[in-house]
Amino acid sequence: MPQVSLTVNGKAHKVEVEGRTLLVELLREKLGLTGTHVGCDTSQCGACVVHVDGNSTKSCSMLAIQAEGCSITTIEGLAKADGTLHPMQEMFREHHALQCGFCTPGMVMSAIDLVKMHPQGLSEAEIREGLEGNLCRCTGYHNIVKAIAAAWPLMHGHAMPAAAE
Amino acid sequence: MYDFAYHKPANVADAAKLLAADGEAKALAGGQTFIPVLKQRLNKPSAVIDLGGLGLSGITLAGNTLTIQAMAKHGAVAASAEVKKAISALATLAGWIGDTQVRHRGTIGGSLANNDPSACYPAAVLALGATIKTNTRSIKADDFFQGMFTTALEPGELITAVEFPLPVEKSAYEKFRNPASRYAMVGVFVAKGPAGVRVAITGAGQNGVFRHAEMEAALAKNWSPEAIVGIKTPADDLNSDIHGSAAYRAHLIGVMAKRAVVAAG
Amino acid sequence: MGFEGIGASVKRKEDGRFLAGRGNYVDDMRQTGQLHAVIKRSDRPHAKILSIDTAAAAAAPGVVAVYTGADMAAEGIGGLPCGWQIHNKDGSPMAEPPHPVLAVGKVRHVGDSVAVVIAETRQQAKDAAELLVIDYEDLPAIASVRDAVAPGAARVHDEVADNQCYDWHIGDKAIVDAAFARAKHVVKLDLLNNRLIPNAMEPRAAIGDCDVAGNYTLYTTSQNPHVIRLLMGAFVLHIPEHQLRVVAPDVGGGFGSKIYHYAEEAIVTWAAGKLRRPVRWTAERSESFITDAHGRDHDSTAEMALDEAGNFLALRVRSLCNMGAYLSTFGPAVPTYLYATLLAGVYKTPAIYAEVRAVFTNTVPVDAYRGAGRPEATYLLERLVDTIAHDTGLDRVELRRRNFIPADAFPYQTPVALQYDSGDYVATLESALKAADWAGFPARRRAAAARGKLRGIGMSTYVEACGIAPSHVVGSLGARAGLYEVAEIRVHPTGSVSVFTGTHSHGQGHETTFAQLIAAQLGVPMSQVDVVHGDTAKIPFGMGTYGSRSLPVGGSAIVKAVDKIIAKGKKIAAHLMEASVDDIEFKDGKFTVIGTDRSKALAEISLAAYVPHNYPIDELEPGLDETAFYDPKNFTFPGGCHICEIEIDADTGVPHVVNFVAVDDVGRVINPMIVEGQVQGGVAQGIGQALIENAVYDSAGQLVTGSFMDYNMPRADNVPNIHVGTETTLCTHNPLGVKGCGEVGAIGSPPAVINAVVDALSDYGVRHIDMPASPQKIWSIIQAGRPALAAE
Repeated sequence: MPQVSLTVNGKAHKVEVEGRTLLVELLREKLGLTGTHVGCDTSQCGACVVHVDGNSTKSCSMLAIQAEGCSITTIEGLAKADGTLHPMQEMFREHHALQCGFCTPGMVMSAIDLVKMHPQGLSEAEIREGLEGNLCRCTGYHNIVKAIAAAWPLMHGHAMPAAAE
Repeated sequence: MYDFAYHKPANVADAAKLLAADGEAKALAGGQTFIPVLKQRLNKPSAVIDLGGLGLSGITLAGNTLTIQAMAKHGAVAASAEVKKAISALATLAGWIGDTQVRHRGTIGGSLANNDPSACYPAAVLALGATIKTNTRSIKADDFFQGMFTTALEPGELITAVEFPLPVEKSAYEKFRNPASRYAMVGVFVAKGPAGVRVAITGAGQNGVFRHAEMEAALAKNWSPEAIVGIKTPADDLNSDIHGSAAYRAHLIGVMAKRAVVAAG
Repeated sequence: MGFEGIGASVKRKEDGRFLAGRGNYVDDMRQTGQLHAVIKRSDRPHAKILSIDTAAAAAAPGVVAVYTGADMAAEGIGGLPCGWQIHNKDGSPMAEPPHPVLAVGKVRHVGDSVAVVIAETRQQAKDAAELLVIDYEDLPAIASVRDAVAPGAARVHDEVADNQCYDWHIGDKAIVDAAFARAKHVVKLDLLNNRLIPNAMEPRAAIGDCDVAGNYTLYTTSQNPHVIRLLMGAFVLHIPEHQLRVVAPDVGGGFGSKIYHYAEEAIVTWAAGKLRRPVRWTAERSESFITDAHGRDHDSTAEMALDEAGNFLALRVRSLCNMGAYLSTFGPAVPTYLYATLLAGVYKTPAIYAEVRAVFTNTVPVDAYRGAGRPEATYLLERLVDTIAHDTGLDRVELRRRNFIPADAFPYQTPVALQYDSGDYVATLESALKAADWAGFPARRRAAAARGKLRGIGMSTYVEACGIAPSHVVGSLGARAGLYEVAEIRVHPTGSVSVFTGTHSHGQGHETTFAQLIAAQLGVPMSQVDVVHGDTAKIPFGMGTYGSRSLPVGGSAIVKAVDKIIAKGKKIAAHLMEASVDDIEFKDGKFTVIGTDRSKALAEISLAAYVPHNYPIDELEPGLDETAFYDPKNFTFPGGCHICEIEIDADTGVPHVVNFVAVDDVGRVINPMIVEGQVQGGVAQGIGQALIENAVYDSAGQLVTGSFMDYNMPRADNVPNIHVGTETTLCTHNPLGVKGCGEVGAIGSPPAVINAVVDALSDYGVRHIDMPASPQKIWSIIQAGRPALAAE
């Protein structure tokens, strides 16, 4: 059986997989990182989004073996060792951007990438478009959009340029 | 998903050899269409040849050619200063493919080799008169697309790069998304460049991407939105599904083309 | 600690684990020795099963067992029960054909369970399931309600004539007919309520387990674990309650779809018993599409009789409703008692008559989906009211006002059984008109026109019935269960509190709201309160969460239990402080002898209760742990006004919601943040129904929208910011004055959206557009209307 070596949340792993094993299956079944969820089988819902070498990626649409040598961050790896939440997690809590919590891990991982990719700022419309790959059935997105806008200055360390809002 | 043997060759020659040796082997580029297909058990390859080790992700602007290597990701094309400088509509198009996560992994080569009838890239490649470079030859865009999910690629033949001739004087892409899948229900790429005035339509045709001769002729005479007002697209060869009838798609082709011409300036 | 009393937007206690990826959903659980079940689904809408050859599958690597319907039948396993019996007009009971767990003899919808393959790994089970050889003989399929009632239609169930489940009615036909005979105007509207697929983001999952003593545990994605224990234990697997534990841990959304007892729950539990190993199953999304109960699917005609001044005289409604291939748990109740009883809406229409015919089709069973019946009633009524305005030229706001039940008319008895206890429909209307700047709309419409956009505004004023429900009432209407709720409150020796609630939280935030409630009532900090739900081994009993009942019914049970705690605490306090019980008051967490400074904190009382050295042991049991069952006296009646503003791209027909205002009266609000979130989520689902969501079967009975590639789920860019306001009248019959907020968003919004679409297209001669108002449909209307417009 093939083996894959990868780093997950800062920890190195060497895991036996089948060719067909998906990255999300490796995370959930082999490493017990069940925070990453599977909500669909057509790559649309985004519940499985993790960061692969810093890029938000649907872990249901990547073979585990493709992650050879990659550094993966999952929702479990966002908070600091002392439990301090990432600003995006904190703003999701602050703005009630989650209800059932199932889409939340993927939503948070996508949202972090979205904010990182927009150092010039993010308008409400850009946030909504930027969430195209993530479905939420509970919140109506209203509070998710608010949480992401609120996390932007915390992640970039300064207020969002007025023109972007 | 059915299980398969997995290979990750380090160069194009080895990849081609693996594919040529096994008719049931399939190439894996970004995997954003292919892996979902495998998950649905709609395809049962004996081996998957991962092209991720080939490099081939460069984007270069040299002389009168913009070259995008096959494994360049949609996100990289969308963000590329070279692409924006040479053909900004192409960067726009890449930035509209799928979602952020798809754009982080999906590649231009994978998209073209698959030739999904609702993919965006075929419209740009055809409208811009690009050349598809493979491990064995060069294929003109006009010869490359041969109907839904069908291309001129031979078994074992791999796309290595796409060359876009410059300068492109005007170009724009307008996309009407399928409301559910967000693929192009109608995508129109208009261009005026070395290949002449071209209008390529994706998403709408039963046989995949096609050129709109009547609009091209009208725009060649007079590059303005008014020039194509009233040009009707026959609905006969267009797709029809729960999201849009052929007649609706025919109408949208007119709307999107007009908007593209406006956007192209 | 900030203010965390009733009315404070306290941040949610449950968020910590969800945000850290430490939620505990069923598919996250791991059992030693677990096996994986894959269910072979029918790909045929309707077929005879001639044979099933399991040999190759059974011999495949890793396979432990393969079972079919015959295996279950041989062991006397029962069918999936229906929880509600409706009676026909003539008093006879509805048709209730069997619903086998695994198909016996026939399959009746795409997705029907045919066999189960159980293997060491999921992939092995999946690989082996492909080796099952099933020989079918296809039968003609009934794909829609119209097909079902067509003359000579094939039968979904051989024993059910005309595919009719029931033919039911409510109201006084003679009075209604007489009112129509003397009416000045009659306005008639045909309309469809589109079929929806709930699509909670967590796919359903179930794990069965059985220990050596024959004690079973089922872990399942359920909104009501006790109901599942009751239904599955008593009717399907014949396991007594004391040997069956049902656990519903973190559940990733329900919206109704996780109320019902599903085949997979019985399959994994039964198989675990046979194999004495844990058996797990998790739906793939494409499986969810063809097995989770769908919602809505009504085909209706509505007629209103009016006098000259536009007063509603009588309403007549006929609906043809889809039950799907089998009766799901609550299916028959939805188009009857949760629908037609709401047809008075917020109006004083004196006479109403509704006929509902429910039919079987070769489609997935249809049951309650967020709102359940009330969205269908509200949509019908609010579209009809706007159509009346359209046809008569009366102003749609004025028409509503004129017919509102006035605020001083409560309690108000409708002609369709319900008695509304409280409400103020003018207040919610006025507040919404203001928040939406209704008066300023004409200017916005002109500005939009200048940009080439068609702008429309629409409203709906609605009331719904939730907080289900008084047991004796629903019992008389055919419910086979009571609909009370249960709470146990355990004050621990040192004064911290656990509450065990029979409701279930799958996004609603009970761990916060209930803690907030108890903290306020017992005067302890929220951090000292733990809310426990979702486990039949821990919770005395419960009917679960649906019908916006958690706070009105579950919360009332909590209040009742708190009252018992306080009553007992007073007796202990009286003993400790040597005072009369009548002289003890409880306030802010302290028992005080009235008029003195002598007091005991709750923690002192609880310690005395558990360490009863100085204690009235002859009169009082030790401990401070009380259970209460609360049976509501009536339904609750949230209501309100939703206003939607929309812009349509005239070239493409694409509608875009540019503003949405929801002003609701949900009774007393415990946590405004959570209420707003509930309303926003409901509104997004309502916008989804109105504009983009649609479950489509082709004429052969295949589900065309079987994945997110074709079923259009609302994404972030499909919905606007949603302004939520509240105007409060208190519920008069429950101790908190609460009404429920979980469904109002999905109930009030669809007609507001369609009314806005029709308004935007008013120049194009449109009178009605069916949901979803897709770009193509809107474009067709614009195309058809252009010549008329040009001629003007």
